[in-house]
Amino acid sequence: MEQKHIISALVQNQPGVLAHVAGMFAARAFNIDSLTVGRTEDPSLSRMTIVVVGDDRVVEQVRKQLAKIISVVKVQDFAGKDVVARDLMLISVATPPEKRSEILALIEMFKGKVVDIGPKFVMVEVAGPESKIEAFIDACRSYGVKNVVRTGTVAMNRHGKKQVD
Amino acid sequence: MSTDSPSQGASGTKPTYKPGSQIIVDTLIEQGVDTMFGYLGGVVLPFFDKLYDAPIRFINPRHEQGGTHMADAYARASGKVGVVVATSGPGATNLVTGLATAMMDSIPIVALTGQVRTELIGNDAFQEADTTGITRPVTKHNVIVKDPNDLARTIREAFYIASTGRPGPVLVDLPVDMQVAQVEAAKPEKIKLPGYGVRTHGHSRQISTAAGAINESERPVLYVGGGVIIANASDEVRQLAAKAHLPVTMTLLGLGSYDQRRAESLDMLGMHGTAYANYAVQECDLLIAVGARFEDRVTGKLKTFAPRAKIIHIDIDPASISKNVRVDIPVVGDAKMILSELAKEVEYRQRAEWFAKIAEWKAKYPLRYDTGTETIKPQYVIEEVHRQTEGDATIVTGVGQHQMWTAQFYKFNRARQFISSGGLGTMGFGLPAAIGAQIALPGQLVVDIDGDSSFNMTLGELATAVQYELPVKVCIMNNGYMGMVRQWQELFYGKRYSCSSLKNPDYATVARAFGAVGITVDKKKDVAGAIEKMLAETKPCVVDFRIDREENVWPMVAAGKSLDEMDGLDIFESMA
Ligand SMILES: Cc1ncc(C[n+]2csc(CCOP(=O)(O)OP(=O)(O)O)c2C)c(N)n1
Ligand SMILES: [Mg+2]
Repeated sequence: MEQKHIISALVQNQPGVLAHVAGMFAARAFNIDSLTVGRTEDPSLSRMTIVVVGDDRVVEQVRKQLAKIISVVKVQDFAGKDVVARDLMLISVATPPEKRSEILALIEMFKGKVVDIGPKFVMVEVAGPESKIEAFIDACRSYGVKNVVRTGTVAMNRHGKKQVD
Repeated sequence: MSTDSPSQGASGTKPTYKPGSQIIVDTLIEQGVDTMFGYLGGVVLPFFDKLYDAPIRFINPRHEQGGTHMADAYARASGKVGVVVATSGPGATNLVTGLATAMMDSIPIVALTGQVRTELIGNDAFQEADTTGITRPVTKHNVIVKDPNDLARTIREAFYIASTGRPGPVLVDLPVDMQVAQVEAAKPEKIKLPGYGVRTHGHSRQISTAAGAINESERPVLYVGGGVIIANASDEVRQLAAKAHLPVTMTLLGLGSYDQRRAESLDMLGMHGTAYANYAVQECDLLIAVGARFEDRVTGKLKTFAPRAKIIHIDIDPASISKNVRVDIPVVGDAKMILSELAKEVEYRQRAEWFAKIAEWKAKYPLRYDTGTETIKPQYVIEEVHRQTEGDATIVTGVGQHQMWTAQFYKFNRARQFISSGGLGTMGFGLPAAIGAQIALPGQLVVDIDGDSSFNMTLGELATAVQYELPVKVCIMNNGYMGMVRQWQELFYGKRYSCSSLKNPDYATVARAFGAVGITVDKKKDVAGAIEKMLAETKPCVVDFRIDREENVWPMVAAGKSLDEMDGLDIFESMA
């Protein structure tokens, strides 16, 4: 069954690693939904969070082929694990004067933040699970979505017993 | 990095400084390198200057592709790491085919390439190419050195990565400023590869499960690939097969890992495998794959491959398990260790019915060709080479029909005896590979059974064979065609032989011009004598056999067909 998997890869912070990972995905015809890279607490390591869609067999191959790359240190598939997954979006929405307050209420509802404003638009920052981001985009469509920039998913294992967020 | 006189070391002794190029040479020697292949150019001159005084034998091919194939075959024949060097830009891009060939067949090579000065990288400098970018998909690992203090460690890591786990080519790109920088002479610094681990011991419970399945099986087949040769595990294959009483089939790259003179040998399986191997795989209830990867040329149509079998897969590369077929009992680790563990737990079983069935297939469908013709049949030439070399020569091939006839008709008896480009199928591999093997095996007989079109691609390496006095023998199965392509056009494109024949030179004359011996054979009665003459030669020798032009390779499982849907068996029967 095709399913979205969040795969987290700890990689050596070296030139060429991103090209290697991206090239492997292309060469083996795996589809990447999103890919983010960032530094970690250890300056010699970076973290890649890759969202792929595929059945178990494909995702198992993705995981193994990633692990096979020498500069990839550790690979984890978060499927079925208790993880926090977040996406960050900047979205620019048209604001017809008569809809302004309605839009501001919507932003409030989604715990979004207005980060820029002009006579005909607002730029909003929204963070959260992918479903929330998608829902916000949908809710804005009727006003006119001018531009969307998203980071792609980042995720971390939840270790605490209690769900805080 | 500085040429100023360095300060006193902590121990009171002055650290010694050396140019990076010297560090590179010293590290190669430390890694046991005594032979390397390659070609010069501007940005590798500092390295070659230091090589001048080093105890390393250097072989200049006539093209960098030849150099990689030589290093590759040197590795295949000796079990050591092959080393090749090339300059930046065109030198490096000429390595690509050889690296891809080695990558597909898991052959350990370290390739060193020169690169433009670090500060010029990215500026489209003269002879600049993004070598690590270009070679990333065709190497196990590659790296560009950007700090001369990393030179020694990086080269050590390259050898370690190339030769361990599932081996493969590793490329180290060396900007010229790294080679001339003054570096503190390296202390033997430990390699640090946090993302690289090699699993050697198989999981003991998995091994017991596998042994249980073998003990229960009525109709097992042992299917071995090139991984067995890489792991030096052919003794263990023989012991397991003998102890549990198993028939053994081999992939193209697995040939030699099990003595084909034994009754239990099913010989090669797959597209041009024997009927008895393919039938046995389709009928077996247990398939034990060792160091093999279920490639499409081996399995035929995947959906109907070994339909009745439970599958055990022993491989050092976890990524090759369940990649193509669903495996029931995976065992990850070193084949040699796993097979010897496994042998302890298996029991002998007669399996009389199964072996009777196999004997019946063998009797009904042996490999055949028409021996009654006037024309020279390539299979006859290969059988004659086999007879006169007592089945003991190291055999190299190009790619095409001649490669398949060689795999079918030269019966191999030991590992590393057969050297051929399997995964990539690289035409032009034959002659340079024969040279690399001959360098690894001084005084031993190396015969390249080549195709005319394959030989055309790299025949300039005859000059290399002559220069280094390497007595390689080349038997060209000259059908005046890209024969394998012509066979497909005959079978699948209505005999429309579009663009598949070349006007060839007279190979005997070509050989003589290079300073080698050249012989032409166009009559069947002269075949044996020519081979005898070739084998007596101490110089490189090329024999141009003008073979039956439209001979085909049988049996054949057409692409996309099941293994038991073989064409050509009726032709066999008509010859019986
Ligand atoms: C470098 C390269 N180019 C093209 C091919 C495709 N190909 C496979 S076999 C073959 C013909 C080989 O002809 P020859 O060497 O004369 O061998 P024969 O089949 O006639 O024995 C070709 C063109 C290849 N394998 N390698
Ligand atoms: Mg030919």
